[in-house]
Amino acid sequence: MIEPENVPDSCPGPSSEGAGQMDGCAGCPNKQACSTGQFRTDTSPAEVLASLQCVRNKIVVLSGKGGVGKSTVTAQIARGLAALDLSVGVVDVDVCGPSLARILGVNGQSVHKSAAGWSPVYTLDDIAVMSIDFLLSSEEDAVIWRGAKKNGMIKDFLSSVDWGELDYLVIDTPPGTSDEHLAIVSLLKQAKITGTVLVTTPQEVSLGDVRKEINFCRKLRLPVIGLVENMARYECPKCRTVSEIFPATSGGAQALADSEGMPLICSIPVCPQVGQSGDNGVEGLDIPTEYGILVEQVIRFCDG
Amino acid sequence: KQWYQRRVRAGKGGVGKSTTVAVLAGTLASSGLSVGVLDADLCGPSLSRMIGLKGSIHSCEQGWLPLSASVGKGRISAVSLSFLVENQDEAVIWRGPKKTAMIKQFLSDVCWGALDYLLIDTPPGTSDEHMTIMEAIPNCSVVLVTSPQAVAAADVLRQVTFCKKTNANVLGIIETMSGFVCPNCSDCGLLFGKGGGKRLAEYCNIEFLGYVPIDPNLSRLLDRGELFKNFQSSASIQSYTEITKKLIKP
Repeated sequence: MIEPENVPDSCPGPSSEGAGQMDGCAGCPNKQACSTGQFRTDTSPAEVLASLQCVRNKIVVLSGKGGVGKSTVTAQIARGLAALDLSVGVVDVDVCGPSLARILGVNGQSVHKSAAGWSPVYTLDDIAVMSIDFLLSSEEDAVIWRGAKKNGMIKDFLSSVDWGELDYLVIDTPPGTSDEHLAIVSLLKQAKITGTVLVTTPQEVSLGDVRKEINFCRKLRLPVIGLVENMARYECPKCRTVSEIFPATSGGAQALADSEGMPLICSIPVCPQVGQSGDNGVEGLDIPTEYGILVEQVIRFCDG
Repeated sequence: KQWYQRRVRAGKGGVGKSTTVAVLAGTLASSGLSVGVLDADLCGPSLSRMIGLKGSIHSCEQGWLPLSASVGKGRISAVSLSFLVENQDEAVIWRGPKKTAMIKQFLSDVCWGALDYLLIDTPPGTSDEHMTIMEAIPNCSVVLVTSPQAVAAADVLRQVTFCKKTNANVLGIIETMSGFVCPNCSDCGLLFGKGGGKRLAEYCNIEFLGYVPIDPNLSRLLDRGELFKNFQSSASIQSYTEITKKLIKP
């Protein structure tokens, strides 16, 4: 549970003993919520901190917009880091639409629980993966859960998985700014998010949603590594003509990055092989070099 | 109520649900029908930009008045969270219960007037918004949208399960982003593959409504909210027109 930020100067602290009941609470919009004690009892961040104590860097991949390639970008970051002999884990907190397991070629596998917690599933290139996909008995199973139940699962993913020692844990999220995103921020309050990567496509319909996500990051003071523009252009394999599939009517991601004062890390073209390899769960052979730039930037940010 | 309620859904984000709602609404309205559009994607309400409607919602004695515009011989009325917020860039950081309450208000407190169709756009997933709508309108029909990729179809398969569990009437599946014709040499590039939506429809024994190609011109029109000013000018509109005929057949 995230403590409220809009507190008066006289606030005794939402997690204090007398929260909501002190003189200083008069007139505060959170008075009722605080008096229930809800901000006092949540030990989840401490549990997550303990569970992730051997995880050096936690990266969250975000977008306000669906279908821009968050899961693909997460997978490519993970593969790129693993190729440099770094130990990497990924967790998919998009519990309704868990694409990551398929993209990494481990969908349909099961997880095992031991005294140390759930063991993640490992890909061929030794990436540790946790996803609700491993808990579903069939690919037809729908996860029809309201927010609170989703939060419970996300907490388990972060606090009950035996990740071991990792250089990087990369977290894939669903689009939006709702339960899952608040859960991640709250749960990682003590363990600390090292950096976020924001993904967009060039058209204003996407940028509008991503602007909201950037404001979400600002409001919650999340460190931002930068913006990635995906599906920026397509080169016809026959005649080499370059087309804009989603025309940048308002300056594309560069204009957004400039107006928000953050770096545009790279602008990735549409590459059918990336989609195909994601569908087949294999490593693509002809992956755009822009993904390499992204991985380098992630490392540079985390090491800096 | 006298109108037909359709809901456009996918499990997957970014496959073209809002685009589909916008174009379906335009196609139906152009022929003289009165169409309501409800954007239940509260965190990412793209629809209002696409249909070119901006402004604040006003109330009357009976409730909220949707924003509306003439389109062809008909009319589109719309309700979106974007009509209720001042700063369009501000994130809507709401948990499930608050989203549920807002959608319930959209469904019960809006004075739609007489509509031939109400189209409801949903966010990806199978969560609060979807459950709320199904509980409020158990007799609504569902149109599923997917792109060709297996990753997308896998999510939509889960959506089919959700529809079965809630006894929703699924009208069919649309496969969007299905091929791109190079403007120079006319080679058709399968950027995201082809046929994943058709195969899903066959697997689930659901009607396959049709393919919609990638159409940068449509994307441009939607970005600028100019769809209804230039309705017939995009190649993909023809595909949607054929799909609409299948949807409204008795």
